[in-house]
Amino acid sequence: MRKDEDMTRLGSVEELNIYRESILAETDPNKICVRICMSGCRAYGAEEIRVAFNEEIKEKGLEDRIEIRKTGCHGFCSRAPVIIVDPKGIFYQQLTVDDVEEVVLETLVKGNIIDRLVYVDLKTGKRFPFTRDIPFYKEQTRNVLRNCGKIDPTNISHYIAQDGYSALTKILSTMSPRQAIEIIEKSGLRGRGGAGFPTGKKWHFAQIADNDTKYLICNASEGDPGSFKDRALLEGDPHLILEGMLVAGYAIGAKAGYIYIKAEYSLAVERLKTAILQAEESGLLGENILGSEFSFEIKVKEGAGTYVCGEETAILEAIEGRRGVPRPRPPFPAQSGLWNKPTNINNVETYANIPSIILNGVDWYSNIGSERSKGTKVLSLTGKINNAGLVEVPIGIPLRKVIFDIGGGIPEGKRFKAIQVGGPPGECIPESLLDSLLDFGSLETSGSTMGSGVIIVMDEDTCMVDIARFFLMLAEDESCGFCSPCRLGTRQMKDILDRIVAGKGEDKDIELLTILERVLKDASLCGYGQTCAIPVLTTIRYFQDEYKAHIHQKMCPVGRCKINYNL
Amino acid sequence: MTSSLEIATAGQKIDLNRLESILSKYYKRGRDALISVLQEVQVEYGRIPQESIEPIADTLNLFPSEVYGVVTFYPQFSLTPQGKCTIQACRGTTCHVKGADKIISTIENTTKLKEGETSSDLKFTFKTVTCVGTCALAPVMVINNKFLGKLYPKKVADILSQYEKG
Repeated sequence: MRKDEDMTRLGSVEELNIYRESILAETDPNKICVRICMSGCRAYGAEEIRVAFNEEIKEKGLEDRIEIRKTGCHGFCSRAPVIIVDPKGIFYQQLTVDDVEEVVLETLVKGNIIDRLVYVDLKTGKRFPFTRDIPFYKEQTRNVLRNCGKIDPTNISHYIAQDGYSALTKILSTMSPRQAIEIIEKSGLRGRGGAGFPTGKKWHFAQIADNDTKYLICNASEGDPGSFKDRALLEGDPHLILEGMLVAGYAIGAKAGYIYIKAEYSLAVERLKTAILQAEESGLLGENILGSEFSFEIKVKEGAGTYVCGEETAILEAIEGRRGVPRPRPPFPAQSGLWNKPTNINNVETYANIPSIILNGVDWYSNIGSERSKGTKVLSLTGKINNAGLVEVPIGIPLRKVIFDIGGGIPEGKRFKAIQVGGPPGECIPESLLDSLLDFGSLETSGSTMGSGVIIVMDEDTCMVDIARFFLMLAEDESCGFCSPCRLGTRQMKDILDRIVAGKGEDKDIELLTILERVLKDASLCGYGQTCAIPVLTTIRYFQDEYKAHIHQKMCPVGRCKINYNL
Repeated sequence: MTSSLEIATAGQKIDLNRLESILSKYYKRGRDALISVLQEVQVEYGRIPQESIEPIADTLNLFPSEVYGVVTFYPQFSLTPQGKCTIQACRGTTCHVKGADKIISTIENTTKLKEGETSSDLKFTFKTVTCVGTCALAPVMVINNKFLGKLYPKKVADILSQYEKG
């Protein structure tokens, strides 16, 4: 594989194609390669393992034969740290530094599989030495995550070798902006940040807005607690996001784009900046991209740590250097956004969907997914579940399949109680509704609030009143304070829930909570205020017994809330 | 604790040359540079010194109240000094379900700090954050950008004692 230094500025579509062929010709598909996740696995010692591998390989003089590759997330995070050994695709999990020498000698040199490090399915006790057979991976459809965990995200030639920037060359050489938008409209792609607005329509509004200056924004302010899919994408395949933005910029007629990224994602910021620099040096970003008329630049804007700055109009305020307070709509950003210019804002995952749609076409894309929503969705699957991690499935899959087939069910033989889907604005769904399908919308419309794709699993030890209180605590903390229904309402609701979990609840409290939820929904300025109390509403709807136990019997059915009995 | 620090640092003069070298890059750049300027100042001084607010406002053609408004809006900025070690305990949903409260109380008991406080020897600052996006390894904390996952109280205490020594 070529080194970064070899990269020269590509002056045309043809030059990019020649460059790709030369990379592919130099790549040996049978070379032994250890792919180590340098994303989430870092929280469990992956960096130390990578260093140990490098030292071991150097010491044994194997540097020419074996590649140690830093990659993005493999997805199977609960088994961290995880490595995959190519070309066979051997999957080793829960590695420690002490295992490294044995892996080098036995697996990399001799080709033997080390039984102790192989994944064992908890349900069946079956061993799965190869990634492709593991049930967690088998049930997934990995489109957006196709390069995640495979390529080195700091090396542009890895991305180019995987057909990277081919969607860009396709639109530059064969499509008008209008045609590009038509493809996205027909594909049925809906925004992946949570609201599910049709992406093609959004682009269309920005395109027809009459102004010479237009902006593009990538919302990487992944705020929903429990969500890490955008971080994984940015850390594992940053060029995919850049390419998606380039297509969008070309389609709507923007010359500049911003990636607004949350402050805590320092590694993602670093990866993005590296990717942008490489793309600029290669002539894939900047003036006259690949020798065409199209010019586009991308800047990274680091957020300063608030949840509400994931709201699209709050992002505009933050980029302009103000307090991140949402704007009233209309006007919509497509008419008047950043510095009052027409602006298109999409989520990271939405942009990540674009290149494959352009390359493979509308028919291919609309074959995946449900009647109402096309394509796949990346889910952050966590909580009390055996196989926590990053999962990509076709939209419309039954929730039960996600939890029990991919997720492998609940640990320690505990009973399933609920899942919270879609982040703070999402619903708490009980077992009886697990056969609902994953989709945009709500349970009433026979789908779940998939939202941003957060699924948090709760077992029998979880108190649902405590969960409702937790969400309100969060809501009160993160409310920007601009409009009173949200600022005061979340506080009032939290106080009521504090009372209930302390055993001081009253009969009227449940009704009061329901009324306040409606006030928030009707009177708040932005989507955050309108939806932040939904977990309260759905826990009341599906777990009212638990509320009643706290209020009437002054007891917490699972014994989590510390109720003072000397009242 | 924070309040005593506020008093302790109120009389101290800051080295304005360091501020000047940051501001020179942003001269008359306008409002959109404000958050970037504040981020640099925060890194340089470990806080946003009160004395820096007027020069920043002047450089960017803003009112000091506008600068102050932005400083107090975003949790990344603080007007008081921060410890050498910043402990960020995650209290996101997954961490909550997986017992973040026990992690937080262990940190509180070990460091004798409450959320948002800095120790008087400026060794530790303890904060909680909404989510750091490492939920599959919950509960999680971050110490000076190092992510530490699958925590339980004893592991937290052990980690903190290492930082206490070093």
